[in-house]
Amino acid sequence: MITLKNLTLTYPDGASRVTALDDVTLAPGAGTLTGITGPSGSGKSSLLAVASTLVRPDSGSVLIDGEDVTKLSDKDATRLRRTSLGIVFQQSNLVPSLTARDQLRAVTELAGSRAQRRAAATRADELLEAVGLSEQAGLRPHQLSGGQRQRVNIARALVTDPSVLLVDEPTSALDSVSGAAVIDLIADLTERTGTTTLLVTHDLQHAPRFDRLVNLVDGRITADTGADGVTREAVETMTRAA
Amino acid sequence: MFVALRDLGFARGRFTLIASVVALITLLVGFLTGLTGGLAGQNVDSVLSWKADRLAVAEPTGGTDPQLATSTLTQQQVDDYAKASGATVSPVGISQVSATHGDVTGGLALMAGTPGAGTGPGADADTPAPTKGEVVLSEDAADALGAATGDEINVAGQDLRVSAVTGTGHYAHVPVAAVDLSTWRGLATRLGAPHGTAATALLITGKPDKDAVAAGDAAAHTVSLSGLNELTAIGSFRSEIGSLGLMIGLLLAISALVIGAFFTVWTLQRKGDIAVLRALGAPVSALRRDALGQAGLVLVIGIALGLAVVVAVGSVLQGSLPFVLSPLTTLGPGLLMAVLGLIGAAAALRSVTHTDPLTALGSNR
Repeated sequence: MITLKNLTLTYPDGASRVTALDDVTLAPGAGTLTGITGPSGSGKSSLLAVASTLVRPDSGSVLIDGEDVTKLSDKDATRLRRTSLGIVFQQSNLVPSLTARDQLRAVTELAGSRAQRRAAATRADELLEAVGLSEQAGLRPHQLSGGQRQRVNIARALVTDPSVLLVDEPTSALDSVSGAAVIDLIADLTERTGTTTLLVTHDLQHAPRFDRLVNLVDGRITADTGADGVTREAVETMTRAA
Repeated sequence: MFVALRDLGFARGRFTLIASVVALITLLVGFLTGLTGGLAGQNVDSVLSWKADRLAVAEPTGGTDPQLATSTLTQQQVDDYAKASGATVSPVGISQVSATHGDVTGGLALMAGTPGAGTGPGADADTPAPTKGEVVLSEDAADALGAATGDEINVAGQDLRVSAVTGTGHYAHVPVAAVDLSTWRGLATRLGAPHGTAATALLITGKPDKDAVAAGDAAAHTVSLSGLNELTAIGSFRSEIGSLGLMIGLLLAISALVIGAFFTVWTLQRKGDIAVLRALGAPVSALRRDALGQAGLVLVIGIALGLAVVVAVGSVLQGSLPFVLSPLTTLGPGLLMAVLGLIGAAAALRSVTHTDPLTALGSNR
């Protein structure tokens, strides 16, 4: 589970500083899919960067499974990303030399114990089956379609059974059919694995699949549907407000 | 090496190319080292067999370095050195001459010393020392002159009876022949050495202290040399080993630079992948280990290939060229290349440490 508390982040911009996140607080429930939307420069990516421990906030805290990860050393933050966080990148960002199956095993093979490596190998096969790519397990990225690559990207993020899944614009490089399939897959996996998923997106076409939708403008949460689900009306209201 | 091994398979062409470059450099270094060893042996192996802790040669004039080729010592100098230093000294005479046997003429390095000083062409203790008017030929000298035991050869108008053929000693690339000191002194004078020349140099045994050596040198107007300095008193050794050593050193430096350059480009091309792996939780140390393992494997394959060719061709060449095939001339440079190559690769992998995992997020790639 992840809880963001009073997060503030500023970036230097010449002589002044730009506020990317302004006192953001968010506590999505376990097993829920929360969409984070907003115009360009609203702070969506900054929120993801802070939640993924890749950027330290100026103030506030990020609690993952009860631990404030903003205080972790680089080494411990790296370990946390390996064990408790899953990241789905905007582009699939697959390593060209690795097969679909090896993409899922790579990080554990590089840094995990023997038991972790064995578990990751088994889990990789299960996940590839779950995302419908069992038959493509031995193929390299250039042999897969865009949608298939994105499904490997999602499976890779879930290989260590993370408690938190962070998803960055997963449909931006896909056609609408593939995009819908990817959102469905993320929603299903979130429900099945009990992962807390934060999904950054511009595209509100699939928002009704989210459990919650948050709108960011200038680093502040300006609208939040709450945890009761996202209706088409709520999306339209949010779109008009934006 | 999980990612490294898969990269090797995926980019076979590129890695084959760099492994081939490493193999070719190993081939060059291996051949040069073997040749250097062979040439060095032909230059100094007889000097290395001298049973002495130091060597004293005549003090050079005109600011030149002490040289065996120009050194001559009188009996007075021999006696003065022994008296002043208190060390055990034995004179050694060396002359490079032209010898004739029948119609055949060949070069010889005539050496003369006291029995047991190791100044003969071989280390065979059973070979009797030559007496006045006799010569012991090395096998190469006997081959070159077509002479055998019992034959007579002519040096500077004097006939010498071949009393034995033994050993393989060389001095300044010329096969060694041993004569007794009195025979050598007569020949040396006939060949233009100053009247009264008793020796070319002194072999000093017993490791005298610094003061004793200095006293000996001062009294006899000599320069005492030890270790590698003894060998540099042979002019051709210094220039030959110096230039060949420089070539080997440059090749080793080139191999480190080539490996470093290849892995710099390779790592830069992989920067995006490294950022992704780091963002997913791969520690820098694991990524560095993986990449260094990859470099190590490429080096081992390239070096092994190169050395295999050096050993195969070197064993054929050994009979016809001054070429030494030994662990020192094969595994030694191979190991050095591996170490320098890894240093080059390690320097190239700095960008693994500097890759920001944040670049994997967004559309930065």
